[in-house]
Amino acid sequence: MQLLTDFILQRSVAEAVMALVGLAVLFGAILGYASVRFKVEADPIVDQIDAILPQTQCGQCGHPGCRPYAQAISNGEAINRCPPGGQATINELAKLLDMEAPSLDEEHGEESERPNVAYIREDECIGCTKCIQACPVDAILGAAQQMHTVIAEECTGCDLCVEPCPVDCIDMIPVEITVTDWTWKRPADDTEIAQLIATDSGERRAGAAS
Amino acid sequence: MRKLWDIPGGIHPPEHKEQSLGRSLIDLPLPPIIVLPVSQHLGAPAEPIVAVGDKVLKGQLIASGNETISANVHASTSGIVIAIEERPLPHPSGMNGLCIVIEPDGADQWTELPSCNDYRQLEPPALLERIQAAGIAGMGGAGFPTAVKLGSPLKIETLIVNGTECEPYITADDMLMQTQATDIVRGIELLSFLLKEPREILIGIEDNKPRAIAAMESAVKEAGNEGMEVIALPTKYPSGGEKQLVQMLTGREIPSGKLPAQLGIVCQNVATVLAAYRAVRFGEPLFERITTVTGEAFTEQRNVKVRVGTPISFVLRAHGYDPKHASRLVMGGPMMGFSIINPEAPVIKTTNCLLAPSLQESPPPQPPQACIRCGLCAEACPASLLPQQLYWYARAEDQEKLKAHNLFDCIECGACSYVCPSHIPLVQFYRAAKGDIRRHDIDKKHSDRARKRFELHKERIEAEKAARAKAREEAQAKAKQRNREKAAPTAGKKAPPNDANDKASLVADAVAKAKQAPVTDQKAKLERKLLSANDRLSKLKQKLLETEHSPDQADAIRARIKEAELVSEAVRNQLAELPKDKAPVTPKALAVDAVKPEQAAEPSDALQNELQQQLVLTRKKLADIDPADHDGAAALQLAINVIVQKLENAKTQGPAGTSTATERASNIESDAITAAMARTLDKDKVQD
Repeated sequence: MQLLTDFILQRSVAEAVMALVGLAVLFGAILGYASVRFKVEADPIVDQIDAILPQTQCGQCGHPGCRPYAQAISNGEAINRCPPGGQATINELAKLLDMEAPSLDEEHGEESERPNVAYIREDECIGCTKCIQACPVDAILGAAQQMHTVIAEECTGCDLCVEPCPVDCIDMIPVEITVTDWTWKRPADDTEIAQLIATDSGERRAGAAS
Repeated sequence: MRKLWDIPGGIHPPEHKEQSLGRSLIDLPLPPIIVLPVSQHLGAPAEPIVAVGDKVLKGQLIASGNETISANVHASTSGIVIAIEERPLPHPSGMNGLCIVIEPDGADQWTELPSCNDYRQLEPPALLERIQAAGIAGMGGAGFPTAVKLGSPLKIETLIVNGTECEPYITADDMLMQTQATDIVRGIELLSFLLKEPREILIGIEDNKPRAIAAMESAVKEAGNEGMEVIALPTKYPSGGEKQLVQMLTGREIPSGKLPAQLGIVCQNVATVLAAYRAVRFGEPLFERITTVTGEAFTEQRNVKVRVGTPISFVLRAHGYDPKHASRLVMGGPMMGFSIINPEAPVIKTTNCLLAPSLQESPPPQPPQACIRCGLCAEACPASLLPQQLYWYARAEDQEKLKAHNLFDCIECGACSYVCPSHIPLVQFYRAAKGDIRRHDIDKKHSDRARKRFELHKERIEAEKAARAKAREEAQAKAKQRNREKAAPTAGKKAPPNDANDKASLVADAVAKAKQAPVTDQKAKLERKLLSANDRLSKLKQKLLETEHSPDQADAIRARIKEAELVSEAVRNQLAELPKDKAPVTPKALAVDAVKPEQAAEPSDALQNELQQQLVLTRKKLADIDPADHDGAAALQLAINVIVQKLENAKTQGPAGTSTATERASNIESDAITAAMARTLDKDKVQD
């Protein structure tokens, strides 16, 4: 013991090392405590991706729902497998993940202009409940041997109810734009500007020649 | 003289107001048809409460606004409802919407109206109800239901009456103030009473309407109301915007995303004030308004009192509209109005102007050129926005940036487009961007709800699965319990010959027999195959006889016969091998062997005994079974029937001695089937 104390006192290097180690332990403890105490719940990337996906739950990407696909994207899967979201969703995903936006992978389906909504031709429905079981968002109302109907407000237009119907009485109808959800169109821009400049230069040349 | 404030930006376009002020106000005659859209206001459409074929009277309620933000619709003349259907609407989209179509009978007969001589006897809620019942919506152009606006629970300090009418061409409010100033002032008094006497009442009128200002001033003086003041504002577009007018009169800017009511201010258009007064005083619903018909494409430009629902084409004809002269046909003013796509659309509560300028007045828009970043738009913007930035972001569809640059504070006045030297349709870009953002937000809400529903759906499926597993476990436990209870008394009470060593061996037998089934199946299959092969063979031979004269075909058929014979042979061999193969190991063969000597000695008696024994056992099982277990009971009943049937057979065939060992064996096979059915019930015992 005496030996050790002497050793330390005699060599200033050892003293310095001890002091530094002591400080390191102290600050390490403070930082460790702070990282637990003041932990910031960051929005995990899967949640952010899931928030961008259209939540159609159609499974066209090959996953049973949007969240599993979000999980897969975070694990490195391609971001262009969501036909209901289309190019807009791909662009947003590319922005979030800081990568080049690819175009939609046609293998998984085509982007439709307007969203669809399922419609059951009620006279033909036999009340088999198969579509009810297929609906990922419980948007079909009905009971065994009773007519079923789609709650249009909740339908995501995923198509999953069409296949199981034994009497093919489900149609996918594009959602009609009504006066209430009509919006102004963007005016045509760039093309016109380009044309105008072309015409001007053409005129000038004609003027110079004459 | 009151201090006035200025607003940023603003423009001074040519006014063109004197064009429509040259003639007096007249009533437009009754049109041959009245088309009343159920949605003439902001908010939810009204619900039709009449049916096709109904006779309606002038002023009768025909569609009721049941939602919080909605307005009633009334018939504007008496007549018959001839249709309730989709018709063209006066809307920038040019789309169709639900309309109630009335064929006037010409009598113009009034319905009974609830008049009220002294509104001061009524409480504000009752007054609001009368205004609501009259279906009054903001007549300045926005069409916000007036009762909702006045029904705000916030304390109102300032009532502003908007008579500015800042857009070029329009003179409807000017004409209204000139002709009905007294009633407007009465209406202002009514609103003042309704809003519990605000501290100040300001009537703002642009100074380009001296006659209206004079008329209003004299009416106010006549009324002798101290708090009421007519204020002449310097002419500048868009002083008539609600936010701009508030700022000019009070110097207070309405913060982004807030309503004037939150600052203790309410702003009402003069025409709305008058309509509210008539609704309370005479019970008169809103079905008529003053509309300016102007533009050089009309031979007669003036203000007219027109019934709501009058087809625009009828108004046009009455004023000598010449489509060849007109550069376009607009509802509203030249700055904020929109082109009418189908002139069969009707005049509605918010139609303050029908404008058809000639090509000289309003030449077609010049093609847009590139933005030169001159900054004139930012100087003209009355909302102090950055139109140029907004334009770039709108083109890039950058919704985040657009929101960050307060796109939604844009009042779409069009001042920026008006001043743009490059003729860029800036305001159209903003409108489109606003629509895109709104749609995006709605989609977002929808998708959030879908996500939640999907999660709930998954949870439900999981819960159902868990519940099923639990129920199965419980049923199993219950069955075990039952069997244990049953086993105890049976063992004690009676010990029939075979029962001692008992169920276990019985069940083992049944299981063994049931395992037999696949072999039986195979045999039956082979037999069927053989039969069909033989059948085909005989058919082919027949065919061969028929086609003897054509050697080609005969050869083919002969080849096929050969093939069929080979198949038949193979099957027969398989069949022959089958019992031999299995014989040493299968319980069935054992059973056959066991039966053989028995049969030699006493052909039918042993069989009958065995069957009797089985019958007794099965009946006992049926008696013991849980009465709730219908499926099990049915299976056992079936088994009993089969045994009885066999017993009959044995009795008839037995004496004759026809029952062979194979037949006995197949009987035992059927027993195996019976046992297999019973097995489902006895499964628990096996596990015991």
